[in-house]
Amino acid sequence: MRPESESELAEIVAGLNEPVRVVGGGTRGVTGPDRMLSTEGLRGITLYEPGALTLVAQAGTPLAEIEAALEAEGQQLAFEPMDHRALLGSAGEPTIGGVVAANVSGPRRIQAGACRDFLLGVRFVDGQGQIIKNGGRVMKNVTGYDLVKLMAGSWGTLGVLTEMSLKVLPKPEASATLAVPAKDAATAVRILSEALKSPFEVTGAAYDPQQQCALIRIEGFAESVSYRSGRLQELLGQFGAVDPVEPSDALWQTTRDAADFADTPGDVWRISVKPGDAPEIAARAEADRTLFDWGGGLIWVLVPAGTDLRARIGAFSGHATLVRAGADTLARLGRFQPEPQGISALTQGIRQKFDPRGMFNPGLME
Amino acid sequence: MDMPQPNPDVLARKASVLARLRQVLPEDAIIADPSETRAYECDALTAYKCAPMIAVLPSSTQEVSDILRICHDEGVPVVPRGAGTSLAGGALPTADCVILGVARMNEVLEVDYDNRFIRVQTGRTNLSVTGAVEEQDFFYAPDPSSQLACAIAGNIAMNSGGAHCLKYGVTTNNLLGVTMVLMDGRVVEIGGAHLDSGGLDLLGVICGSEGQLGVVTEATLRILRKPEGARPVLMGFDDNAVAGECVSDIIKSGILPVAIEFMDRLCIEACENFAHAGYPNCEALLIVEVEGSDAEIDSQLAKIVEIAKRHNPVELRESQSAEESARIWLGRKSAFGAMGQINDYMCLDGTIPVSALPDVLRRIGELSKEFGLPVGNVFHAGDGNMHPLILFDANKPGDLEKCEAFGAEILKLCVDAGGCLTGEHGVGIEKRDLMHHQYAPQDLEAQMAVKDVFDPKWLLNPAKVFPLDASAARRVVPMAAE
Repeated sequence: MRPESESELAEIVAGLNEPVRVVGGGTRGVTGPDRMLSTEGLRGITLYEPGALTLVAQAGTPLAEIEAALEAEGQQLAFEPMDHRALLGSAGEPTIGGVVAANVSGPRRIQAGACRDFLLGVRFVDGQGQIIKNGGRVMKNVTGYDLVKLMAGSWGTLGVLTEMSLKVLPKPEASATLAVPAKDAATAVRILSEALKSPFEVTGAAYDPQQQCALIRIEGFAESVSYRSGRLQELLGQFGAVDPVEPSDALWQTTRDAADFADTPGDVWRISVKPGDAPEIAARAEADRTLFDWGGGLIWVLVPAGTDLRARIGAFSGHATLVRAGADTLARLGRFQPEPQGISALTQGIRQKFDPRGMFNPGLME
Repeated sequence: MDMPQPNPDVLARKASVLARLRQVLPEDAIIADPSETRAYECDALTAYKCAPMIAVLPSSTQEVSDILRICHDEGVPVVPRGAGTSLAGGALPTADCVILGVARMNEVLEVDYDNRFIRVQTGRTNLSVTGAVEEQDFFYAPDPSSQLACAIAGNIAMNSGGAHCLKYGVTTNNLLGVTMVLMDGRVVEIGGAHLDSGGLDLLGVICGSEGQLGVVTEATLRILRKPEGARPVLMGFDDNAVAGECVSDIIKSGILPVAIEFMDRLCIEACENFAHAGYPNCEALLIVEVEGSDAEIDSQLAKIVEIAKRHNPVELRESQSAEESARIWLGRKSAFGAMGQINDYMCLDGTIPVSALPDVLRRIGELSKEFGLPVGNVFHAGDGNMHPLILFDANKPGDLEKCEAFGAEILKLCVDAGGCLTGEHGVGIEKRDLMHHQYAPQDLEAQMAVKDVFDPKWLLNPAKVFPLDASAARRVVPMAAE
C-alpha cells in the first residue's frame, strides 16, 4: 500500500484489519509483517525558510532531496543522520520520515544534539486512522505535551508520520580532524573527554581501535577552525603527537555509517553508555571489532552471529540495540533493550492508546 | 478564569488525610493551618490566588513517594511546585489540593566533568546548578530570566528556555535523565548519563508536561564548558521590518549567534528612562551576541556589522570591553522592571516564524489602539519567541479583563501566523482555554491519552494545560471508597 496523500493514508489505516509494516525507503532494516504500508508516496518539501532555519517536508521525501535543498543555501541537518545501507546491505532511498522514526543521528550528536532535538513538529496518522498534529514549525514551543519527541524514535509503532518540521543549521565553512595516538579504549576516552571538556566545541570524538588513534573534529569558520585546532593540539600534546588528518569529511562519514563493519560476518550492536563506562563495557563484550563514537558514549560492536550480547555484558547503565542480525536472532533477542517493568508498563500503555488494535510494526519495540 | 469547584468529599476528609501524611513526614514538613497555607496561594501569575488544603515539603524521593501514594489512595489532587515562579499559573492550587513543594530537595548529588553531567535534586535553583560547576568553568545552559529563583523541577515541568537557547537549546535538549515518582507512588528511573532512549522517548514527553505526569525529584543535566568569551553588538533601525530582515540575513550568513534580542520603541524608551543604558532613539533595536576567543569574536562581529550596514542602521555599536557589553545588556535585562515602573503589565510568550515578525508587530500595534492599552515588545528574535508586554492598571475595574482579552488576541495572532501560544512559559491556566485555537480535538485527545497512562485518575495538577471542557470527563475522579 502506497498512499499518495495524508487523507488517503488515514483512510487506509482506518480500514486495516491486519497489522502492517510501516516503511519509508526501507533502508533501516525494519522487520515485521509482510504487508507493507509505505510513505514514499507522500513526497516533497512543503516549506523551507533559510532565514528562519526551518524546513517542513512530507515523510516520504528522500533525504537526498532535502540535503540538496539545504546544501544550496549553505545549510544542513546538523544531527548528521547515518546511512544504514552499507552496514545492512539494504537498498532503496532513505526518507526523512525514516530518519525521524528511527531518531537517526551521527557523530555530531555529541555537540549539536540528536534528530529528536531538531524535530519541531509532526503530523501523523494514529492506529485508528486519525490525523494528529503536535508541535509546529517554530523553535521554541511548549504548547501542550511534547509528542514530537515521543514520535521521534518510535519506529512507526505509535503512528505513521506524514509530515515533519525540522530546525536546520548553517553548514560550517571549514572542518579539521586531529588524530591522537591511543593504545587502548581507556586512553582514547580520556583523550576525547579532555577535548570535549575544552571550550573549543568539538563536533566529533571517535576512536577506532584498528587505527589506535582518537579522532577529534572541529568545525566552523576557517580561521576559527585553525585557531581551535592549534589550541587542541597544545591541550592534547600530553598524550602524544597530535596530527591533522585528511580528508576529514570522508573519515566522519565512515564513522557515521559504521561503514567498516559492512560486509563483515556477524551481528552488529550499538551500545549507548556513559562515556567513562565505555572501555569496561567494550571489554565485557569480547567483540570481534569495536568502534567508539560520541566520546565513548556510543560503541559499535561486531560479534559472532547469534551472540546474546546483553547477557554477555551483564547489567549496565545504558542500552544495547541489535542493529544487524538474522531474523531468528532478532526475534529471539529483540532489537531493543528490554525495559525495566516500571518503564515498560508506561510504554506499553502509550502504545495501547496510540495504536489500540496493534496495527503498526507489531513486535518491533515490545 | 474558571477553576473546578473543590471536591467537598476531599475537603471533609482533610483531618484523615493529614493524619496519614503525619505518619510519613516530620511535623515541620506539613503545613495545614489556613494562615500558613496562604503562602502557597499563587505563583508568579499573581492575578489568581487560591490557598491549598495542605502543603507538604518533602526531603527525599521516598517521602515524595509516600505522599503521592497516600493522596492517590485518598483521591486527593496534588499540585507539584518548584519555586513558584511560573508566569502561567502552573503551580496555582485548588482549595481541595495538596501542594507538593520540592524546595527542600536542593542537593547536588554528583558532578562528573569527564562525562559532562551533573545530577541534582530538583528543588535546586537553576543558577545554583551553574554555581556548582563554575569552579571548573562549566555551566548549565538553559537560562530563564527567573534563573536566580526558579527550580530545576519547574524548568523540567515547563521545558524552560532563556535568552541563549538559539545556540544551546532549551531544557529538553539539556536533560539526560530523571528520577520520577508517579501518582501512585511508584518510582521510575528514566535516562541517565548516557545519550538517547533505548525505547520510546519518555523523557521527551515528561519534559514540558507541566507536572501532570509525575513528580521529578532528581535530574541528570548536561553541563558544558564555558566559551572563552562573549561580546554583543547593538544596532538600531528606523523600521521593525528592516530589523527583521537583518536578523534573517545574519542567520542566513552562517553565523549562529548565542542570542539575538529585539526591542521595539516603547521598550527602548522605557529601558532608557529606567536604566540609562545609552540606547538610541529608534523604532527597533537588536542586540546580537557571539562567543569564542577574542579574535573569533572580532571576526564574527565584523561579519555581522557588515550585514547590518546593508540595512542602514541608525546606530551600530560594537562592544570593545566588558563594561560596554554590560551596558548594552543592562537595558535589555531591566526591560521587565522598566515596564513595571510605567504600570502593571502582563507578559505574553507566543512564538512566531521569524519571517512573520513585521506583520505580527504591525497587527499588535493595531490591536493596541483597538483595546486602548499600550504594548511593548521584547523578543528573542533568533528563535521567534515574542514577549509582548501589555500595560494596564490593576486598580482600574475592567482593565485586567480587557488586558486578558487583548493578550488572547495576540496569542491567536501568533498561532495564525504559523507559530504557537507559548514558547517557554507553559500553558498552565493562563493559556489553557486557548488550546482549542492551536489544536483540534483529536490533537488534544492524543496528549491527554498520555496523561491517562501516567496518571489514570487525573489527580496530578488536573485543571491545567487542557481546556476545562476537553478534560472534564477525565477529571471526575472515582473516590477512594471504590
